[in-house]
Amino acid sequence: MDHRPQAWGRPRDDVYGAYDGSYFQNSGPKFATQSPVVTGTSVIAIKFKDGVVIAADNLASYGSLARFTNVKRLRVFLDTTVVGFGGDVSDMQYLDRHLNELAIDESYENDTTETAAATTTSSSDPSSTSTQTPNNPAGSLNAANLHKYLQKLLYRRRNDFDPLWNHILVAGLDASSKPFLASVDLRGTAFTSPSLATGFGAALAQPIMRRYAATEEDAAKLTREQAVDIIKECMKVLFYRDARSLDKYSIAVVTKDGVELKEEEQLEKQSWAFAERIHGYGTQTV
Amino acid sequence: MFSQNPIMNGPNYSFNDAPPKANAPEGARQHRFDPYTDNGGSTLAIAGADFTIMAGDTRLTSGYSINSRYHPKVFKIGGTTADQHDATLVLSVVGFAADGEALKERLDTICKMYRYRHGKPMSVKACAQRLSTILYQKRFFPYYAYAILGGLDDEGRGAVYSYDPVGSYEREQCRAGGAAASLIMPFLDNQVNFKNQYVPGSGEGHALQERERNPLSRGAVEILVKDAFDGAVERHIEVGDGLQMMVITKNGIEEILQPLKRD
Repeated sequence: MDHRPQAWGRPRDDVYGAYDGSYFQNSGPKFATQSPVVTGTSVIAIKFKDGVVIAADNLASYGSLARFTNVKRLRVFLDTTVVGFGGDVSDMQYLDRHLNELAIDESYENDTTETAAATTTSSSDPSSTSTQTPNNPAGSLNAANLHKYLQKLLYRRRNDFDPLWNHILVAGLDASSKPFLASVDLRGTAFTSPSLATGFGAALAQPIMRRYAATEEDAAKLTREQAVDIIKECMKVLFYRDARSLDKYSIAVVTKDGVELKEEEQLEKQSWAFAERIHGYGTQTV
Repeated sequence: MFSQNPIMNGPNYSFNDAPPKANAPEGARQHRFDPYTDNGGSTLAIAGADFTIMAGDTRLTSGYSINSRYHPKVFKIGGTTADQHDATLVLSVVGFAADGEALKERLDTICKMYRYRHGKPMSVKACAQRLSTILYQKRFFPYYAYAILGGLDDEGRGAVYSYDPVGSYEREQCRAGGAAASLIMPFLDNQVNFKNQYVPGSGEGHALQERERNPLSRGAVEILVKDAFDGAVERHIEVGDGLQMMVITKNGIEEILQPLKRD
C-alpha cells in the first residue's frame, strides 16, 4: 500500500483500474460536439405585410425527458431582430453570449446618444426619425446582416469539424426596411422563404403556413392578426403531434416599430377530441 | 499498484503525463459529424455561336422537404460592385448549397481583385483555370459542388467550362449538372451535339451519314433549356419551382425567370 500523500484520496488501480486521464489531454483531437445533448424542438416563422411573426416553445429536452420547461429560445438582437434557435441548447447559449458581445460592440461603434440628440434638435421633420428604431440607426446590423454573420460563423465551425448544433431562424427587416426571414443550419446552409420552420415544424407547420403564404406576394397581403393566428394554429398542431414540445411558448412580432416579444404564452382552445379516433399505435390493443 | 505513483511515473500528477486511454484507438468516435448534405436541384449550360445560356432551377431541398422555392444557383461573377451590373461571367453551382455559396463568393472576390489590379475583367479562360485551382486546393476536404462557368471567349464565341468537385475541368459545348444531370445530358447529346441523328436515306450501315452539326440560335436554345427542365421536373422530385436563365451576349447578361411545376 502506498501511504505517501500523493496517493491520498485516489481510487486504487487494483479495484477501479488505471485512471483514465485522457480527459485532461490538451494535445490530440479536440472534443467537439458530435451530437446534441439538451435540445429545443421546432422554431416557426411567417412573413406578413409589414413584418415577421416568429415562435418557439419554452422546452429544452434531454432526449425524451422534458428537462427544462422554461427556456427562452427566441432572442432579441439590437431591439430590431429576433433570432430563434432549434437544436442544442448549450450551443444556443454560447451563441447568445456571442451575440450579446456583438450587440455591445455594435452599439459602441454606432453610438446613438449624440446623433439622436442632434437630429431631434436640428431636424423638425419627424418622419425622418420615425423610420428608425432608437437603437438601430442606419449603419448598424440589420436582420439580413446578422443572418449573413451567423451563416459565416456556422459554416466556419462546420469546416473546423466543430459544429454549433443549431438550426436558426432570423426574423427582422432588411436594409430597405422590407420584412426579412431566413434560416441557417449547422452546416452553414442558408435560405429564405415567405414562411420557415425548423425540425418537426418543417413537416407539420410548413404545409399549413404555405396554405396562407405560398409566395412572397401572398405573404405581403397578410395582416399582422392573420399571421399571428396562423402561427398560433401551427404551434397547436405541433403540440398535438410533436412529442418533444410544450404548450408554453414564446412569440415575437417584428416590425419597423421594434420587437414585441411575449415569452409566457399558453396554447389556447386545445381540442384532443381527434385523439379518440386514433387506433393502432403503441400498446393499445383494441 | 498506483499507475500515477510518483516514483514510477515521473515527478507528479501533471495533466500532461496522465495515462492515455487504454481502450479505443486514438481519435475513434462512434458518432461522427457529417459535414455534407445534398440540396438537390439541377443546372444546365449551352454555348452558342455568339452567346452562352446558363440555367438552373430554384428549388432547395433537404431529403423530402422543400426548404425554399427560390434559391438561385446561377450567379453573375466578377462585376465591379455587389449588384454585378458590369459582370461578364456566370457561375452555376449545384450540390451542397453552403459549399456552393462559399465557392461562388471566393471566385467572385478573386475576379474582383483581378479587375482591380489589372483594370480589365478576367477572361473566361483565365477564370476557368483559377476555378479549377480553387477546387483542387481543397482536394482532401472538397467543395461538394458541381460548378459550370460560362462566358464569351476572346473571339466572342460562347464558352462553357464544366467541373467536378475536385477541379477536373474541360471546355464543352453543353453540360448538365446536379440531381437531374443524368436525365438532361442524354437529351442534350441528341439535341445540341446531334448524337444519333443521321441524314435520312443517306445509306445503310457505315454509309449512313451523320447530320451536320451547326450551332443553334438563341431562341432555339431557350426553348431547349425550358424543355429539358420541364422533362426533369416531371421525373425528379428535387427539381422544380422556378427556372432561372442567364443569357450572356456581347451586350451584357440578361436574366430570365420562368415558372416550373411546384409539385
